[in-house]
Amino acid sequence: MNRSTIDLWVGIFVAIGIGAIVFLALRVGNLTSLQTTPSYHLDAAFDNIGGLKIRAPVKAAGVVIGRVDRVRFDTKTYQAVVGMRIDQGYQFSKDTIASILTSGLLGEVYIGFDAGGDSEMLADGGRIAKTQSAVVLEKLIGQFMFDKAAQGNAK
Amino acid sequence: MPAEAIGFVLRRVGRATQRSISRLGFSARFFALVIYHSPAAFRRLGLTLREIYFSGVLSLVIMLVSGLFVGMVLGLQGYDTLNKYGAGDSLGIFVGLSLVRELGPVVSGLLFASRAGSAITAEIGLMKTTEQIAAMEMMAVDPFARVVAPRFWGGIVSMPLLAALFSVMGVFGAYVVGVRLIGVDSGTFWGNMRAAIDFWPDITNGIIKSVVFGIAVTLIAVFEGYDATPTAEGVSTATTRTVVEASLAILALDFLLTVFMFRGTGI
Repeated sequence: MNRSTIDLWVGIFVAIGIGAIVFLALRVGNLTSLQTTPSYHLDAAFDNIGGLKIRAPVKAAGVVIGRVDRVRFDTKTYQAVVGMRIDQGYQFSKDTIASILTSGLLGEVYIGFDAGGDSEMLADGGRIAKTQSAVVLEKLIGQFMFDKAAQGNAK
Repeated sequence: MPAEAIGFVLRRVGRATQRSISRLGFSARFFALVIYHSPAAFRRLGLTLREIYFSGVLSLVIMLVSGLFVGMVLGLQGYDTLNKYGAGDSLGIFVGLSLVRELGPVVSGLLFASRAGSAITAEIGLMKTTEQIAAMEMMAVDPFARVVAPRFWGGIVSMPLLAALFSVMGVFGAYVVGVRLIGVDSGTFWGNMRAAIDFWPDITNGIIKSVVFGIAVTLIAVFEGYDATPTAEGVSTATTRTVVEASLAILALDFLLTVFMFRGTGI
């Protein structure tokens, strides 16, 4: 086989190979995590973050508007401080409520924003004052059972 | 009597240990020599391109066909199990993650070892048996630069591309079975897959794995060929060893790489 035929085949091979990687990147995976859209930072303190993980989505009305980029424990207040990167395009008022939610019974844990009515907006590095912690299922069940027991005793 | 038997066994163990240590040292020096002579593989690009053609282009058919079938089986089996838990919609995630992270690099690596690795070993071994390598040395042509390095780099370039093609064909096969035959919604299939698979780290980890497997398989193949006993039997033994050692190396390296890649992700 002569040189130019081999060159042609190798060229075709490399081209479709790179095409396959691009296909994996764009169609199978999402490249959004590589895009560096301008963003700003927000903090929020929670009593309990449940199963929240780094890179979990931050959603407002179900739309992903940012991601969790850091979780640490504050030894002064004994709360978990969650750092989030929010897309620059989305601005939120000062009295926004951040809550830790779960999509479905077994789904992913994410942070949901409920917009408030304040005219002042949260700036870069700002802190969300109103938060709602994760619902811990065991506590909920425990509470329910104690209530039932108490009712039974009352009767 | 028992003392003699113990001595015999110990001597055998000692000899085997010495031989394996000296082989390890020889293969490490061999690897260093290949790296040292690698610039020659790029100066004479035609040689490397020829090897990409033999180990990459000619492996295309087996990769594409087996990728398609692996994907179709994943689609059937995955849907069957996921649907028991009412999670049939997650078929795309299951198929995409298992192909991109594990099956793509590993299965294509195993196929590459038996399809291209064995051919490289047999070729170099036969060159040694027919004294072509010795003839090259006589003519002051370095066999490392002329024979070994181009095959080594040809394999390293081919392997990640073949693994990516394998994954793509697998996803396509799962799409055909899951969406076209079983009737999972097309939007759910692709949407869930894209939501769950990140370019970084999932796809890049798969690419890193396939590059490492490419290095391991071609290094074992060229080493076994170069180290073969120059007889017909020696070449056949070397070819067998290449397939066995390369397959074991891929599986062991896969485990090690996965351990390192999952560190820090909370698993």
